[in-house]
Amino acid sequence: MLNSKLQKIALAVGIIGLLITQNAYADEFTAAETERWQQQFMDSVKQGRELWTSPTLGSNGVVCAQCHPNAANTHPETYPKFQKQIGKVIPLWEMINWCLRNPLEGRPLAADDPKMIAIQAYVTHERRGVKLEPGKH
Amino acid sequence: MTTINNSRRNFIKTGGVLALGTTLPISLVELAFADATENFTFAYISDAHIQQIKGTHFVRNWDKGLIRAVAETNLLTPKPDFVIFGGDLAQLGSKPELDHGAEMLSALSHKVYHVMGEHDYYLDLGEYWEKLFGPQFYSFDHKGVHFVVLNSIRTYDDWTYKRWPTAEQRMLEMAGLDNPNGSPFMVGDEQRKWLKADLDKVAKSTPIVVFSHSPLQKIYKGWNFWTEDAEQIQALLKPFSKVSVIYGHVHQIQYNQIGNISFNSVMATAWPWPYPSTYAQAEQYLPKLTVPMNRADPFFERDATGWQFINVANGHVDLNFTLYNNSERAVRFNAKTKRPEDSAYQADTSRIPPQSHY
Repeated sequence: MLNSKLQKIALAVGIIGLLITQNAYADEFTAAETERWQQQFMDSVKQGRELWTSPTLGSNGVVCAQCHPNAANTHPETYPKFQKQIGKVIPLWEMINWCLRNPLEGRPLAADDPKMIAIQAYVTHERRGVKLEPGKH
Repeated sequence: MTTINNSRRNFIKTGGVLALGTTLPISLVELAFADATENFTFAYISDAHIQQIKGTHFVRNWDKGLIRAVAETNLLTPKPDFVIFGGDLAQLGSKPELDHGAEMLSALSHKVYHVMGEHDYYLDLGEYWEKLFGPQFYSFDHKGVHFVVLNSIRTYDDWTYKRWPTAEQRMLEMAGLDNPNGSPFMVGDEQRKWLKADLDKVAKSTPIVVFSHSPLQKIYKGWNFWTEDAEQIQALLKPFSKVSVIYGHVHQIQYNQIGNISFNSVMATAWPWPYPSTYAQAEQYLPKLTVPMNRADPFFERDATGWQFINVANGHVDLNFTLYNNSERAVRFNAKTKRPEDSAYQADTSRIPPQSHY
C-alpha cells in the first residue's frame, strides 16, 4: 500500500519534471512547419514520379507509366483488399511488387524501401480527393 | 451483314479450337452495301509498341501480342481484303524496333496499309518509316469505298523543331503518354489542304473511311486522346453521307457519333490503357455512347488487348471484337438510330460490373 503510494508520487514528480524541461508544445506548430512537412511529402511524390517513369526500375526498360499514365487504374483507395488473383487480402505495395516482377521483369522492393514508399506517395497523390473504399474490387 | 458476321465468327471459333485451343481476339470491321455481294472485310492491327531492350533483345510481352495478332489474322476465312496497321509499331521509333516490327508483320499474307503513330514518328519525323512503308498520308479506293489515311500525330512546329536539343529527347518526351512536356496532336495545314483536294474529287454519296492514329475528336488532352484540329477535319467530312473514322492510340474500346461521322477506336496488341475518367485530377469527355471494355486483369498478359476484323456493310463499318480472356464485343452501326451501338451491352440495364471503371 505504502509502496504503491510512493510509486504514484514518483510518477507524478517525473511527469511534472518532463513538462518543465520540455521547451516545445506537442500540439502547437507553425505554418512554416506544415509547409516544410508538406514539402518533405512532395519530395517523396516527386521521387515516386521519377521511379514511375524510370526505365531502370525494372530490367526490360518498361516503365510503370506505360500501362498506368498518371498512376490511373491503380486504385490505392481500395487497399488493403482481397486480391482475387493472389487469393488473400494484401496491401498496395504487394501489387506494386507484382508489377515489378512481371511486366517490368525486375526485382521486388522491401516494404520499407524508400523507393517503395515514394512510389506509394506518388500513386496516392495522383488519387487525392477520392474517398477511401478499402476492400472494393 | 449479321449472317456474314456469324459465319465468320463460327469459323474463327473453329479455327481457334483447332489452331490455338482458345478464342481468338478479333475486332472485325465490316462494311456492307445494299447488294450483299459488295460487302467486304478488312482486319485492323494496332499499337504493337515493339520495344528494344538491347541489341536483338526486345520486350517479350509486346512481341507476343503482335505475333499472336498476325498469326490469327492469317487464319481468317474468308480472307480479309487487306490489313490496316494503325500505328505505334515501335516504342521509341528506332530502326531496330521498326525493322523488328516490320519483320513480324511480313508474315501477313495480305496487303498491309500503314498509319503513322507518334512512337514511330518523333525520332526522325518518319524518315525511316517512309522507307519501309511509304507515304505518311494517302488515299485509296476499294470496292466503292474511299479510304483516307492521315498522319494525325504531328504537332506545332515550335515543339517539333525548336524545343529539344536532340531527336532522342524529342522522341522520349512525346513517348510518355502523361508527360506534361508533350504537345497536342494535329493533322496540320498541309494535310488538311491535301485532304480537301482529295475529297473534292469524290462523289458525296461515296462511303468514306478515314484512318488516323489519334481520335479525330476531342476526349482528353492530357493523354492526347485528342486532335487539335479535329473540328476542321470533321467539317471537311461533313458533306459526305456516310463517314467512318477508325483510330488507334487509345488502347481501349471507344465509339461515338458526331453528325454524319461514326467514330470507332481499336484495341492495342501491346497493353490496355485506363479510361481517362479514371484519372481523378482530369476533366475529360469520353463519348456517352461508349460502353467501356471490361477492366483489364493484369494477371492475364494479353487481357484487354486484341485486334480488329472490320466488316464494311452498307457503307458503314461494324467492328466485331473477340477479345483475349474476355467475352466478345460487337459494335455495329445501327441504321435506325444512326449511330454505332454495342450489340449486347448498349442499354444501361445490360451492363456488367467489369465495365464499371473508377
